[in-house]
Amino acid sequence: MSKNLRVKSSKFVDETYRVSFKFNGSRYYGYKGDTLASALLANNIHLVGRSFKYHRPRGIMTSGSEEPNAIVQLHNNSDRTEPNVRATEVEIYEGLEASSQNCWPSVNFDIGGINNLLSPLLPAGFYYKTFMWPASFWEKYEYFIRKSAGLGKSPTTPDPDIYEHEYIHCDVLIVGAGISGIMAAKTAAKNGLKTILVDEKPNLGGSTVYQSSEHFKINNQNSGSWLEKEINEIKKIDNLDIRIRTSVAAFHGYNFLLARENLTDHLPIEQRKNKTRQKLLKIRAKKVITATGSLERPLIFDNNDRPGILLSSAIKRYADLFGVACGEKNIFLTNNDSAYETAISLIQKGIKVEAIVDNREEIESKLLYEIEKNNVKVFKGFTIVNTHGYKKINKVSLMKLSKDGQKVIGSKIDLSCDCLGVSGGWTPAVHLFTQSGGKLKFREEDQVFIPSKYSSDQISIGACNGDLALEDIIKNTPKYLKEFLNIKKTDYDNVEIFSSENKSKRNIWLLPSDKILGKTKSFVDYQNDATAKDIKLALREGFRSIEHVKRYTTTGMGTDQGKLGNMHALGIISETAGTKMGEHGTTTFRPPYTPLTFGTIVGRNVGEYFDIFRKTPMHEWHLKNKAEFENVGQWKRAWYYPKNNENMFEAVQRESRAARESAGILDASTLGKIDIQGTDASEFLNRVYTNAWSKLNVGKCRYGLMLNEDGMVYDDGVTTRLAENHYIMTTTTGGAANVLGKLEDYLQTEWPELDVYLTSVTDHFATISVCGPNSKKIISNVIPDLDLTDENFPHMSFKNAKIGKINCRVMRISFTGEHSYEINIQANYANSVWEKCMDEGKDFNITPYGTETMHLLRAEKGFIIVGQDTDATMTPIDLQMDWIVGKKKYDFIGKRSLYRSDTIKDDRKQLVGLLTDNPNEILEEGAQIVADINKSPIEMLGHVTSSYYSPNLKKSIALGVVRGGKNMMGKKLIIPMENKTINVTVADPVFLDKENKRLNA
Amino acid sequence: MFIINCPFCGEREQSEFKAGGEAHIERPKQPTELSDDEWAEYLFMRKNIKGIQFERWNHMHGCRKWFNMARDTSNDEIKAIYKIGEKPPIK
Repeated sequence: MSKNLRVKSSKFVDETYRVSFKFNGSRYYGYKGDTLASALLANNIHLVGRSFKYHRPRGIMTSGSEEPNAIVQLHNNSDRTEPNVRATEVEIYEGLEASSQNCWPSVNFDIGGINNLLSPLLPAGFYYKTFMWPASFWEKYEYFIRKSAGLGKSPTTPDPDIYEHEYIHCDVLIVGAGISGIMAAKTAAKNGLKTILVDEKPNLGGSTVYQSSEHFKINNQNSGSWLEKEINEIKKIDNLDIRIRTSVAAFHGYNFLLARENLTDHLPIEQRKNKTRQKLLKIRAKKVITATGSLERPLIFDNNDRPGILLSSAIKRYADLFGVACGEKNIFLTNNDSAYETAISLIQKGIKVEAIVDNREEIESKLLYEIEKNNVKVFKGFTIVNTHGYKKINKVSLMKLSKDGQKVIGSKIDLSCDCLGVSGGWTPAVHLFTQSGGKLKFREEDQVFIPSKYSSDQISIGACNGDLALEDIIKNTPKYLKEFLNIKKTDYDNVEIFSSENKSKRNIWLLPSDKILGKTKSFVDYQNDATAKDIKLALREGFRSIEHVKRYTTTGMGTDQGKLGNMHALGIISETAGTKMGEHGTTTFRPPYTPLTFGTIVGRNVGEYFDIFRKTPMHEWHLKNKAEFENVGQWKRAWYYPKNNENMFEAVQRESRAARESAGILDASTLGKIDIQGTDASEFLNRVYTNAWSKLNVGKCRYGLMLNEDGMVYDDGVTTRLAENHYIMTTTTGGAANVLGKLEDYLQTEWPELDVYLTSVTDHFATISVCGPNSKKIISNVIPDLDLTDENFPHMSFKNAKIGKINCRVMRISFTGEHSYEINIQANYANSVWEKCMDEGKDFNITPYGTETMHLLRAEKGFIIVGQDTDATMTPIDLQMDWIVGKKKYDFIGKRSLYRSDTIKDDRKQLVGLLTDNPNEILEEGAQIVADINKSPIEMLGHVTSSYYSPNLKKSIALGVVRGGKNMMGKKLIIPMENKTINVTVADPVFLDKENKRLNA
Repeated sequence: MFIINCPFCGEREQSEFKAGGEAHIERPKQPTELSDDEWAEYLFMRKNIKGIQFERWNHMHGCRKWFNMARDTSNDEIKAIYKIGEKPPIK
């Protein structure tokens, strides 16, 4: 089987450098410069995979990124394994291991192949139709369907490679380094523009660079040699940055493009260490020139998918670029001149061409004459109606086309072969152009969509602009470039071109067969096994929109995104529906043009760099004291400090008791702090908070609740009046940035007349909170000069003080209900003050506590946490906080919404306390609350928002929101859990010290 | 991604900005005198048109200033950028 089909040496492949690789476990050899596909073909291997639905044997079909069939898994079972890689794009290296996908037990014998025989039972929409009923069975079906869905295997271990993002700004970006791209790059760069040229392939020059035929000449040299000189010249230009192996994935608005540059995938694995594997280039270009070329179209006929059937252009590329013959007895099926070019190339290399089957009846072409001179039989006005050979093509059957091309006539002729090249003409690669927002137009004469309206400063040139023939490219490109770049002349203004190509074409979207359509398998989408029959069925069933037909039949939904067959799908739809091609438009081309790895997308933002995290000045102290941390926004906050193998519950119980019995200390530095200054600061606070602020004296603090205009609680915190026109506002930890943004919004847009200035000082000040009955004694030692008597320094007031030489602001405010002080201090001194508090508190068993204990202590007092006990549906009235709403105030943000018909309803969810009948039973936060468990369906009244075991009350306590809860005091409710139901009683949300005696204890 | 010409800082990437919804919706001066329907009109009703839409934007990760933008939602073309309080320079 392993025959050598390397027929000619090629300057693009290094035959002195032999490379061994494995495919499906067997060892093969190729040369440096080979792709996996060219190396396999050189070893006479066509069968590389199985199709998705019918598991039909499939071979290499193309030579580029449009490949639908030859997709493989690389390095199976290793940490570098990668599924769905196109064999046509993988450059081989020593040690490469590739294997077939979607087959079991092997690509040669695949059990799933039975689906091919069952195919009459598997029409388009089979899964939608079959697994609809009974609905309850879906879960059972799903298990099996999921197993058979998807291609390839994901890696199961972390990616060992390094990825990067790079930002690039340039004057001109040129996408595609074929002949027109090279011409554009040289012209732009020589005019002093900072130019970037990218191409997805490892070598420049597209398909012209290996064109050595006498039938295509530029300035009297064959076009390949001419282009090679141009390439050598542009490599020397300083202001031209050339990136090979770089595929543009997305072309966004405003000339912003994303490209993936491949840096190590062609290297043996041991050489990749410590190198960046792939880069995501984020390119912002003043001007973009798209020169992405064109893709050859296949032809749609019965059994057009067998291994050994390739695009004619691919056969040419394998022969010219890699010196590889795809077969020893080649036949071509074509509707234009392209297949003749390939045939001539093969003949020159001594590869046998049996016949050319041409849909065209009359052909006036110099290429045809040369073929006939070489005694190759040309069947004019014929088509292929069937192919034979299960794992590799061995025979084709031809018949004569009728005049109108709708039928086949006469008798069948069988020809044997081992390779069939097909050419259905060319489709301009307009994917990137349409991604950028460009509009296409349909060119009737050769049935192609070409760019019409651009959405940004860009042009398409060359084949992707519809200049499919070399002479059109050479003639038109300089003209386009001059206009686009606003220059007078190019090096190509007087280039002479000679071409033997005849541009005629006979386009038939679905070639006729001697069988009825229902008996044929004419594949339109090879990867997803969508056939012409499926498309017609979709139309019969009433689908009209191209987008619907696509989703119903899955045409164009594979990893290749239908690069080959989409045009045929459109053609068949418009023919069947009797509409014009241009009217349907195309399906939407979405990024990425070729698949991207996750590694490239995330770049360096992995592991500890996934997101930034913010640390308080006492972070090291918390670490040293074994704190567990929790993430609050981007902050790492001390959660609890376990001692002697305590679990979280035990630690929190100990911390909570200590804070109430003697003294606790909390790092509250993460609270948002906004410095507010200006002559209208008081009026501003009046407008943003629900309560009144104008009468707050200097040196006093006040708790405030901030709403949205819809009346729902948005944030809360204590604000202190530092001076006549100077306040400091605290916000919740997570809400800080949004609150500042919201306040700025009102100041700048609604109330520009107010003289108010806002500055975020969250990071500038650290906050140390010391609470508990002994807090006063501790603070009197920390700040001996401060008079802590209730007369001088009552609850809800503030003092400037000095600790040694350090200025600080001390507030007597409390989130725990205990006698409590908050020291606000410049961040870089904070740790030393914290340690001083710990020192002075030693005799009082001062206990550091984390956020969990803080939550427990405030829940005992019934204080809410915005975002935990509230969501965006709770008004202050719902929270039973009517006292904080300044009803006499003329206006504040959200006031009007508090008496909308919806917000005044009695049966809104309202915050209540919940006590379990069994005091040791702790509710689960989020658990549902109901009244009647026997009702069906059970009516949900609300849910538990906060729940703890209170060591100070020696019972379980909880807060929850309950529909109409305000009027349910003392009522019994039920919390149904998975295995039990828990009985609770609705209670006052303030569980401890309702009289607030502890504040002054 | 757009390039947005902040009226205070100049051209910057879209990622520095935050969109703030429809522009030229003034907060009623006397909300308490409005009916539920009138208040709901201010609170909830926003246009979402194909064509030129007037929007508020904030240079959130820059100067923090709010400004107005006229943007064609069909192709994301920015037709005009102007300061808060100014009248739209185009229709």
